[in-house]
Parts: sequence; structure tokens; C-alpha cells
Amino acid sequence: MTEVNWFEVLPLLPLIGFLVLRLKLLSAAREVGLIVSGVTLLLATFLYLSGVVAGPGWFGSWWGWNLVHVDEFSGPLLPLTALIYFVTLLATVGHKTQQFSYAGALLSECLTLATMTTDTSWWMIVLLSLGVLPMWFEIRSRGGSTRLYELHQGLFVVCLLLGWWLAERSSQPSLNVSVVFLTIAVLIRSGAFPFHLWRIDMFEKGTFGSSILMVSPMLGAYLCMRLVLPTEPDWALHAISGLSLATAVYASGMALVQRDGRRFFCYLFLSHSSLVLVGLEMATPIGLAAGLSMWLSVGLALTSYGITLRCIEARVGRIDLDRYYGLYAHMPTMAAFFLLTGLASVGFPCTIGFIAGELLTESVVAYSPIVGSLVVVATMLNGIAVLRVYFRVFTGASHSTTIPMRSLLEERVAIVALSLLIVLGGVYPQPGVESRYRAAVHLLENYHRIPMQSGGVEH
Amino acid sequence: MSLVQYFASMLVGAPVIGFVMLGLSGLLHRPFSELVVDRIAKISVGVGLVGALGVLGVMMWSGHTLEVLDLGNFVEIGTEHFHFHLEFLFDRLSLPMVLMTFVLVGVIGSFANIYLAGDAGYHRFFLAFSMFLVGLLFAFLAGTIETLFFGWELVGLSSALLIAYFHERKAPVENGLWVWGVYRIADGAFLMAALMLHHLTGEGEFMRMVSSTAWPEGVVRMDTWSTWVVGVLLLVAAAGKSGLVPFSGWLPRAMEGPTPSSAVFYGALSIHLGVYLLLRMGPLYAESVGLRVLMFSLGMVSAIFAAMASRVQTDVKSALAFASVCQVGIIVMEIALGLWYVALVHIIGHAFLRSLQLLRAPTLLRDYRALENAIGGRLASGEPFWVSQLSAQRQMQWYRFALERGYMDALIEGWVLRPFVRFFRVCERIENQWLQRLDAVGGEKAKDVLDTERKRVSE
Repeated sequence: MTEVNWFEVLPLLPLIGFLVLRLKLLSAAREVGLIVSGVTLLLATFLYLSGVVAGPGWFGSWWGWNLVHVDEFSGPLLPLTALIYFVTLLATVGHKTQQFSYAGALLSECLTLATMTTDTSWWMIVLLSLGVLPMWFEIRSRGGSTRLYELHQGLFVVCLLLGWWLAERSSQPSLNVSVVFLTIAVLIRSGAFPFHLWRIDMFEKGTFGSSILMVSPMLGAYLCMRLVLPTEPDWALHAISGLSLATAVYASGMALVQRDGRRFFCYLFLSHSSLVLVGLEMATPIGLAAGLSMWLSVGLALTSYGITLRCIEARVGRIDLDRYYGLYAHMPTMAAFFLLTGLASVGFPCTIGFIAGELLTESVVAYSPIVGSLVVVATMLNGIAVLRVYFRVFTGASHSTTIPMRSLLEERVAIVALSLLIVLGGVYPQPGVESRYRAAVHLLENYHRIPMQSGGVEH
Repeated sequence: MSLVQYFASMLVGAPVIGFVMLGLSGLLHRPFSELVVDRIAKISVGVGLVGALGVLGVMMWSGHTLEVLDLGNFVEIGTEHFHFHLEFLFDRLSLPMVLMTFVLVGVIGSFANIYLAGDAGYHRFFLAFSMFLVGLLFAFLAGTIETLFFGWELVGLSSALLIAYFHERKAPVENGLWVWGVYRIADGAFLMAALMLHHLTGEGEFMRMVSSTAWPEGVVRMDTWSTWVVGVLLLVAAAGKSGLVPFSGWLPRAMEGPTPSSAVFYGALSIHLGVYLLLRMGPLYAESVGLRVLMFSLGMVSAIFAAMASRVQTDVKSALAFASVCQVGIIVMEIALGLWYVALVHIIGHAFLRSLQLLRAPTLLRDYRALENAIGGRLASGEPFWVSQLSAQRQMQWYRFALERGYMDALIEGWVLRPFVRFFRVCERIENQWLQRLDAVGGEKAKDVLDTERKRVSE
């Protein structure tokens, strides 16, 4: 009898939840969503902490497809992704529960987890292509135009398919046009300038929760690690790195002048995810380790930040950053959490982002002080933007309302759990950094970017 | 554990525990009563002060001029020679600064306990205050440049939050954001300098960096160009933090905060953090005559400008703020001349005097009356002899220049902020045009959906 491969079960759980909701077997969408995503989170955390290795599984024994592969790199990304989905669903309160598609979120979770548990190229490409659909359906169901989204995601899928098809038929990838196609695919999925407009459009037309779920797992970076890093020449990596750096600085500037809360978050996330790509594309052990560490910190901190912003939106409507709301007196815990997560994202001391930021800046300065200074500029602008929005939302006025605005129990649970993770990651960062460094060396060795059994590159 | 390490642990540990307790109670929304907050603040400062006196006593008894509390590596990637070393130095520079910090924070904390009793923001004040104390201790005792940066950042955030303490009004919040912006520029310059130093010398520890056993001895071995780059970056960082020209404009803005925080931050401690950095890095500046000339000029310009500005300010706190800048400018000149011990004594004397003046500021008129009653006549209010040498028109020009604080804020606003905002607003407009162009089919429909949602939320 075939042994159960729990990594295959992991994406199947949200799929079952999705089917239950779509087939209307149960009507309590919120409860189903929470239970399924909660169990998925528990399983993903257990698998990561217990160090279970992915075996052959059902697909392997039935059809000979060994689709599941989880290594040091993707291991912690699974509980992180499951956590992102769970807390987003948990913190969906008020009128947001009527607008948010729980079935769509579970389908999206299934596709994202399935993508992250494989390194089989064609399967990953199929999953990434399918992954754009839940948001497309959502925008359509809300009556918005999907044209811009279709243009970008269509181009993404075409470039991905074409790039990989050409790459498999070429013996010299460095001279092949496949490199260009794959690079464009990564840039579109990551929202790098000038392919970032779909993200603004999505945040405008989709629900805030689904938009957060679409960007937070950073599948563009995952695609880059699995498909681009092993095959592409250095110049392509530098091109992605350069454009990502430009995007990071540009998006940080844009975040600082935004007048709409969602757009602000979109640019803030874009800036940080671009910084992650800058680290990843350095293709040195320390640079890659920096990128991977930042991936975790940004994923955790900015998702929490986005969720807080969404909770505030649930109470006061779309946030206009041209005015002061003065909500501190009504929701002091939320204010503290908002500040904590925002500061964690920009690498403030005692938070999970601090060491990741230090590592990134250090590795980039070692590569080039000028490039390093641009990373510092982006971080500096993001820091100012974070405090500006905190002041706009929580201070500067006296807000009077007859509706109670205090955080609900579900929100408080999510806040405390995430805060502990953010602070614990900040005061005890060694295990996380060590794991990311091992993953970086492992990836670079496997993809022959550094010699096997190397201790790393001196800088 | 030796006796000195025991005392050193008390010194560092007590304020950290106090900060964590206040922080947790705020985050969990279980605020302590004012009595408990006061006790926590007093115990953490008291135990810390005893620790500091203990370290001093042991050092005087043993005749050692340097003691180290080595907490090991916070993070380490051995093969990459990356480590974040947590090390605290107790030497002739840090120990006087720490003793001064405990005394002033203790006195002003007691003052604030009465001054803010019953205020809604009492807990918030003491949380920021304890964060400030921890940041300052980390910065003053830092044995590595990374630890100094760690403390430097905590001081910056607590300053901004305390300036915006009266956060139901716009002005304090806007001023807090302005100060945070200046601090972020200083942080950016400092981070770049720290990483370049680390990169160039391969060391993060001050003692190894300057190849010395104890401050003030030591020599930094770097080429001229690198010395200049790092020296100028550190000078920018110090100028930002200490309110030197061209960043002096933030200091009167910072007076929006409650009097106790104004006294401790901008009169006594925070304002000296920049010059402390210059003192600590003295051996670097000793290497280059050009850098010392630059530093001297910066100090001189700041001192002259601040002396003029302080004489014409219309409120006492602003006048005292510029008087502080004047003294800091003179201290910078002393450092440039190599008079490091004079500068250290000057810092301590100035900090105590200015704190007293700021704490007495609310009762200035009463104090004046008491003085005049005591001497039986009016207090002298003469003007310097050289003022009468100027024509009336020149006098008016200089008066306006000083009253408008050298037009520095206006210049920064006109030459930096407005072009920055304008540039990104143009980018935003272009993006919006593209969004409309690419999404022309359903743009209006999507807008309707958004409007409907906004309406529903407001209902």
C-alpha cells in the first residue's frame, strides 16, 4: 500500500473546502474557510517543524509523476503561505464577510500551496497559469473590467509557456530568446516596473483580502528561483535585479505620495517584494540568503500590515490619506499593531525585518556601494511612508462615532499571534537566517552557480 | 560572571525589562495603572543607575579603563564572515554618558509622573520614554557599529512619537513626521557609513576598527577616499540627529511634545547623540585634516546661526532649542580641534543646564519676576556691541533671517519636498492615464462598483 505523502494532502485540503462551498454542501462559508485553512496551517507547520521529507506519493505510484518536491528553500514557505491565508480569513469581519469569496480564497490557497510543493517545471507552469484565474473571476463577478488584468496575465502565461518550451529545446539558453520570455514572465508576475499596473488595477477592483492573497505569497519570486535561476545567464539575472531595484525605489516614492490607502499598500508591497528580488538575483550565497530572509519577513509583516489596513477599512470605508482620521482612541491595539508591522517591514530593530534588511544592505553594498545606497533610499522612503500613514489613520483629529470600533476577538487573536511571530523573529533571528543561508547554498549548488560543497563566497 | 559583568547586566537588563513590560501591556491592551507604570519606570532606572555606579566603582578600584560585556553574536553566518555582534563597551566615553542618561531620565521621569498625571496618554508617554532609554543605552554603550545603529533607530522612533504626543491636533503630528523624515535621512547616511566601514575594514567592533585598547586612542587604517566618504556620511548622520545646519529646522518643531520629553530629548540627551557618534569615531576624523576642517566649519556655521536664531525666537522653548544647537555647534568645533575630553565635559554640563532650563520654561515669567524682585530692578537686556554697528536695513534683514530660522525649512520644502512630490504626482498622473487607456472598456463600470461599495460602507 502506498504511504501517504502529506505534502500532496496539503493543497488538497483547501481544494476539498473549495468543493464543499462550490457544491453548496455546507452554507457556512466563513466557518468552512476558517476550519479548512486552520487545519492546513497546522499540517504545514507540523510538516515543517518535524522535518518530514516528501516521498513518492500517490501521483508517483499511480502515474509515475513525481510532482512533489519540498526542500530547504520551500519548506518554511508552506507554513508562511498557510498562515497568510488563515489570518486573512480570520480577520475578515463586518461587511467584508459578504464581499469576500471564501471559495475563491480556498481555491487560490490550493493552487499556491501546490505550486510551492513542486519543482517540476511543467506542473508549476500549469499551476501558476491557473493561479491567475480566481482573481479574474472575482473582478468579473464584481462587475469590473478585466481587460488590463487579462492583458498582463495573458502575456505572463504566454511568456511562461513559450519561454519554457523554447528553453527545453535549446542547448544554449544564454543565446536563446527563451531567456527574454522567462525574464518578462517573472517581471510581470512580480509587478516590476513597467509591468506593475495590473497590481494597482487589481487592488482597485478586487476585494482587499483577495488582492493581499494574490501578492503576499510572492509567486513571482518563487518562479524566479525555480525556473529562472537554474537556466538563465548572469546578464538576465542582473537585468531582473536592476529593474527590481528601480521598481523598489520608484514604488517607495509613489507610496509616500499616495492618497488612497489601498494604492499605498500596493506600492509599499511592490517596493518590498522588489527588494526581495534584488537579493535573490544577486546569486551569491549571502545575497540569496538575504533575499530569502526578507521574503519571510516581508511576507509576514506586510500581510499583517495589509490585514490591519483592511480591518480599518471595514470600519471607516476606503481610506483617504489626504485627511486625518484620529482613530487611536477607538482602537489603540490596532494602532500599535499597525505601527509594529509597518516598522517590521522596513527593518526596524527588534522585529523580524531588521536582520533581513541588514543582510540585504550588507550584501548589496559588498556588490556595489551605489546600488547599496539605492536600497537604503528605498528603505528610508518606505519608513517615512509607514509613519505618515500611521499618523494619518490614527492621529491628527478627534474621531467621533456611535458605532463601537474596538477590535473583535478574532482580530485580537490574529494581532497577538502575528505580533509574537514578528517580535520573536526579531529578537531570536539566528535559526531563521541559518535556515535561509543553507537554502541559498543548496539552491546555488544545485543550479551550479557555485561549486558543490563550497563554503560560500568571500566578500 | 565577574562582578563588573554582573553590574553591567543590571545596567542593560533593567531598562530592557521595563520597556518589554510596558510594551506588552500596551499591545495586549491591558494597560497598567499609573502607579504601576511609575514603579516600573523608577525601578528600571534605579536598578540601571546602581548597575552603572557599580561598573564605575569596579573600574576605578581595578584601574581598568575598558570593560566589555560580550553577549555574543546575535546572528552569525560563519562562512560568510557575517555576524551581528552584541557587545557593550564601558570606557571613558560611554560610562559618563550612561551615568548622565540615568540621572536625567530618572529626574525627568519623576517630573513627568506629576506633570502628566491623569493624562490619557500617560502610559503611551512612558512606553516611548522607556524605548528612548533603551535606545540611548544601546547607542552609548555600543561596542559595534551595528549595535549603535540599533539604539540610534529606537531613539529616532521614540522621538517622533513623543513629538506627536498630543496627537489629536494636526500640528504636533505634522512636526513629528517632519522630524522622522530628517531622522530617516540621518539613519540612511549612518547605515551606509556603517556598512561601508564594515566592508572596508572587515570589522564591526569599534575597538578593532580603530586598532586600539580604549577610547580615545586608536587609528583607522583606510585609504583617503574611503575615509572621506565614510567621514562625510557620518557627519550627515550626526548633523541630522543633532540638529546642525542644514537640519536645524526640526528642533523647534520638536518642541511640540510635552515639556518633559522636550527637556530630555532636545535639551539633554538625544541632541547629543550625533556628537557622541563623532566622538566615538574621533580616530577616523583624526586621520584627515580636510574632514576636520569640514567638521569645524559645520560646527561654526551651526553655532553662529543658532546663536542668532535663539535671540529672536518668540517662545521660550524654541529659543532654548536654538541655544542647544549653538552649544552643540561649539562641541562639534571642539571635536574637530581634537579637544575630545573638553567636548565630553561640555556635553555633560550642557545637558544638565539645558534640562533645568527646559523644565523651568513653563514658569519662566514667574522666575523672572522673582529675580527682579530679588535684585530690586529690571534684568539687563542689552544687545551685543556689533549690532549697533549695522545699518537699520541690515539689522532688519538679519532679524528676519534669524526669525525665519534661516529659511532652512522653506528651502528644504521648496527644493527637496515639493519637487519630489511633484515628480511622483506626475508619475501617478501618467499611470492613471495608462490605466484608463488600457482599461477603457470597463473603467466607468468599475468606478460605479467602487462608488457603490463606498456608499454601502458609509451606510
